[in-house]
Amino acid sequence: MITVENVTKSFVLHNQGAAEIPVMAGASLQVDPGECVALVGASGAGKSTLMRMIYGNYLTASGRIMVGDVDVASAAPREIIQLRRKTLGYVSQFLRVVPRVTTLDVVAEPLLATGTGVDAARAQAELLLTRLNIPQRLWLLSPTTFSGGEQQRVNIARGFAFRYPALLLDEPTASLDPTNRAIVLAMITEAKARGAAIIGIFHDHAARDEICDRQFDVTTYTPGLAA
Amino acid sequence: MRPLLQVESIAKFYGARIGCIDVSFDLYPGEVMGIVGESGSGKSTLLNCLAGHLTPDHGAVRFDTRAEGLRDTITMSEPERRMLGRTDWAFVHQHARDGLRMNVSAGGNVGERLMAVNARHYGDIRAEAIDWLGRVEITEDRIDDRPTAFSGGMQQRLQIARNLVTGPRLVFMDEPTGGLDVSVQARLLDLLRGLVREMNLSAIIVTHDLAVVRLLADRLMVMKDGHVIETGLTDQVLDDPQHAYTQLLVSSVLQV
Repeated sequence: MITVENVTKSFVLHNQGAAEIPVMAGASLQVDPGECVALVGASGAGKSTLMRMIYGNYLTASGRIMVGDVDVASAAPREIIQLRRKTLGYVSQFLRVVPRVTTLDVVAEPLLATGTGVDAARAQAELLLTRLNIPQRLWLLSPTTFSGGEQQRVNIARGFAFRYPALLLDEPTASLDPTNRAIVLAMITEAKARGAAIIGIFHDHAARDEICDRQFDVTTYTPGLAA
Repeated sequence: MRPLLQVESIAKFYGARIGCIDVSFDLYPGEVMGIVGESGSGKSTLLNCLAGHLTPDHGAVRFDTRAEGLRDTITMSEPERRMLGRTDWAFVHQHARDGLRMNVSAGGNVGERLMAVNARHYGDIRAEAIDWLGRVEITEDRIDDRPTAFSGGMQQRLQIARNLVTGPRLVFMDEPTGGLDVSVQARLLDLLRGLVREMNLSAIIVTHDLAVVRLLADRLMVMKDGHVIETGLTDQVLDDPQHAYTQLLVSSVLQV
């Protein structure tokens, strides 16, 4: 479902003496439907960078990144938009929303964007929020004022609202209490069971060992870091 | 799917000075494109060339018309272009007073666009106006008030209602949230996002506010000194800018 082939990436900081920082060279990775792969490596090794490259958030200098039948590394913006709408989901570490939009609508939005009716989308959002223990009295408030853990659960609800065949998860359990952590792990396991290809970053090693089928050490492909 | 708008090598000069030069892109149905750059970068000149308010010195702006498919709007006759401006196109000005009739009631402002496309039944026009005022959160009891009695945010929402009542397919916006309080901006952004999705609108939004384009635009074009220096997916251009000027622009945003 997700195939990364020989990708390279460097950042050029034009306003800081045009410093060129190579961050990735020759990385290759394949993730099949129903499989969950953990990206591992020290902080700064490029785990998030690789994940952002797969999402099309960072440009890829060379190589291919196939998600379904789209090469993210060379696709036009509108192809990536389409891919993100129906194929590739991403749960980032931070919630980024329009201020003053209710939590319910934030979670329902990915469904509305794919043509689900307003009522059905809101019903699905309510189910997810209930499951993730977001109290009903918060549903009609904007999540911007929520605690870190609540924001993260809203972010996860939003990321799981539509059943993407491919999912990228950046620290999905980072600031959760044990109860909610278990719920999120169960949701990831269910996504695997329905055939989603998942790539995750987990500093929570127990969670990683529980749900990931294998690990991919990014350090191997970090220029200057490889042993 | 074919593009709704095809822009090819647009250039506009003011004497020897460059307004904008060598601008080409395709816009597809439902797509929102942001154009950012500092004052004098040529973004408003470009927008006015695309919307038919200025005549470019070079290039073509082809629009997928309902009746005849792709037509170059620069070479079409003035009446045809005006008709497009009243039907399939809409233009939201930064200053609402440039896009509204200030001495005509709110309902009249919305109704006028309907009459321009041959609506004649008073009751229908008024009902449609009330419906649209409601969608932009202006209550029915304000329908007979003039825009001069409205706040800046309400004027801007009225301008949006006036523009969208005829069901356009392409909306040009020039700093639509400029000069508004941040709380009013947020509401307007949410309104615009909802309308874009519900009506499958395509839009071109000129702004200097990077937070606005991040929330509204799918794609981004960065301009400097009349040239397009970078284009791409909005979050990609903002998070992984390639050009020195874009990096400067993104890193200059104040953190709240």
